[in-house]
Amino acid sequence: MENILNQIGIENYIFLSVLLFCIGIFGVLYRRNAIIVFMSIEIMLNAVNLLFIAFSTYWQDAKGEVFVFFSMTVAAAEVAVGLALLVSVFRNIGSVDISNLKNLKG
Amino acid sequence: MDNNLVLLLLLTPFVGFLFNIFFGKKAGKGIAGAIGTGAVAVSFAMSVYFFMQLNATGKPVSITLLDWIQIGKLKVDLGILLDQLSLLWLLFVTGIGSLIHLYSISYMHDDENMHKFFAYLNLFVFFMITLVVGSNLLVMFIGWEGVGLCSYLLIGFWHKNQDYNDAAKKAFIMNRIGDLGFLIGIFILAFALNTLDFTQLSKLMSPEVALPNASWTLLSIAALCLFIGATGKSAQLPLYTWLPDAMAGPTPVSALIHAATMVTAGIFMITRMNFLFDLTPEVQNIIAIVGAITALVAASIGLLQNDIKKVLAYSTVSQIGLMFLALGLGAYNVAVFHVITHAFFKACLFLGSGSVIHALHGEQDMRKMGGLRKAMPITFATMLISTLAIAGIFPFAGFWSKDEILMVAFEHNKALWIIGSIASIMTAFYMFRLMYLTFFKDFRGTEEQKHHLHESPSLITLPLIILAALATVGGLINLPGSNWLNHFLEPILAGKHEEHALGSQEYMLMGIALTGAIIGIFWAYAKYIKQGFVPKQDSEIVGVSKTIYNKYYVDELYTFLIVKPLNSLSNFFRTTLEPALGGIVYGFGSVANGLSNQGKKVQNGSIGLYLFAFVIGVLAIVSYLFLAQ
Repeated sequence: MENILNQIGIENYIFLSVLLFCIGIFGVLYRRNAIIVFMSIEIMLNAVNLLFIAFSTYWQDAKGEVFVFFSMTVAAAEVAVGLALLVSVFRNIGSVDISNLKNLKG
Repeated sequence: MDNNLVLLLLLTPFVGFLFNIFFGKKAGKGIAGAIGTGAVAVSFAMSVYFFMQLNATGKPVSITLLDWIQIGKLKVDLGILLDQLSLLWLLFVTGIGSLIHLYSISYMHDDENMHKFFAYLNLFVFFMITLVVGSNLLVMFIGWEGVGLCSYLLIGFWHKNQDYNDAAKKAFIMNRIGDLGFLIGIFILAFALNTLDFTQLSKLMSPEVALPNASWTLLSIAALCLFIGATGKSAQLPLYTWLPDAMAGPTPVSALIHAATMVTAGIFMITRMNFLFDLTPEVQNIIAIVGAITALVAASIGLLQNDIKKVLAYSTVSQIGLMFLALGLGAYNVAVFHVITHAFFKACLFLGSGSVIHALHGEQDMRKMGGLRKAMPITFATMLISTLAIAGIFPFAGFWSKDEILMVAFEHNKALWIIGSIASIMTAFYMFRLMYLTFFKDFRGTEEQKHHLHESPSLITLPLIILAALATVGGLINLPGSNWLNHFLEPILAGKHEEHALGSQEYMLMGIALTGAIIGIFWAYAKYIKQGFVPKQDSEIVGVSKTIYNKYYVDELYTFLIVKPLNSLSNFFRTTLEPALGGIVYGFGSVANGLSNQGKKVQNGSIGLYLFAFVIGVLAIVSYLFLAQ
């Protein structure tokens, strides 16, 4: 295991993870298509998962990996619910553009 | 067996009430009247049955319908006690009640709400029976409140007239003041003695049982509170002003509720609780003094009233005052005696005045009557008998009972005797003034009224005749010498009653009372027959007469002392305090409203903005945590 970290340093994993996370954030902030936004969120989630795995290996501790399994399970459930919501939104207003979803404004 | 008959006695009027209130209109006037009268007649028959039974066995009937309240050591049953006192009351309540129901069939026949009238009358009789037969103070209180309610409903029976509604409200509120006293008295007794049952209370308060000293004060306060309750219901000073106004109700109501039965509830209650009042001589003194003063004040107001029913109303207040005088002197049996005779002749007088009013199509002002003797011979004769009875002329019923009161007063306190005698002379005067103005000389009403003058139908005259007969012979129940009533009530009053052997002093007192009454009658005769004096119009009355005619301005005084301050206080609350307090509350509301109006602009529905804010927020938190380290 340590070999892997020896070949590619831990800091690279961190950089990659931060990069993925930032891509996710910008995707969320700039895209108007709800599905893209949704995908961006998934990217952010996976960026965090990656970081978990990397540190888990670094510290020789399996807790992080366990945590990742949980987070993946939750993500799967979340995708199911989220996509169902999107389908429902599409059926109702005929688009998945989040700038059209303004019915709940105060 | 007895159980069922007691329930029959109690519940028949209630069933009558239910029938008339729900089906009376559909059933028609005849059936409504028949059911109403029949229900009370059944109760009367039951009362007679139990009376006979009691006479034969001498044992009171006591029934517990169910356990009602149990709190700690205090236990109150829904119980019924038919003893000498309650049966006596039952007999004349249901007896006179039946007669008055019979009378009402004819009297109220033209009223569109006749079924409602009978429903209320039945409800009244039901509550009156409850009041009388209750075996403890709380059951009595149910009846006490119930008759007050019915009184309110019936005074305001012609509710399209706002004055009548006001009179009804006045009666109700005045009674509430008294009822509060009664209720506090009950609470004190429950607190001090842990029971409200009459039998147990009388055992606890018999002179042989030594109570701790502290409870004597407590008992005095309780007795005073109960007496306040009695002043409300029985129209004594200072709460009497509702009764004259209560004459707004239909005349049978005045006869039944505001003369014969309900207003004597206070006397019933005090007689019931005689053991308590015997222990508290101070309160007894107050009762005697209040009674005497009420008798005098009300009689003096009665001297100058021109409304035929108002005269009778003040005479009722005055007569009840005399009864309270007797109660205060410890002569409960004498008071009960006067209650019974008074019920006879006062019911007759009211029904007679109703007959007159009926004949004159609603005219109540005696200045517009006169000369009715020939047109209405039966009404005239019966009313004359009752007037002789109330004036205290030998040998009519009122003579015996009033005479006994005055005798008792003479023995205990000469001042009270003088006050009582003056009140009696005044009674004789104003009652004959009423008779002379109504039935003698020439008719002073309109030609059209004169044309329609007629004797009332037999449904009206029959009760009059029966009541007049009772007013004639009613004194027999307690003639000096036989004293049937005194012996009958002995178990209740524990042998504390006054007994008068007929000595020279008694004959002298009788003579004085009779002379006084005759003086009153001749005084009225001289003024209204010899001089042919007719009371002046309202605007022409001046001086002392004006003060008396306006009832000593007591109503105005109460208005000034209580109603006005209360009104201005509520006005102050409404115009000043409520806006002030309300302003603070509303202020909080509008501040919150304004803030949220600003705040809601943030929620503009743009998900992009939300996400942006979210990211910025997370960044801010993270950088704070970073920098804080």
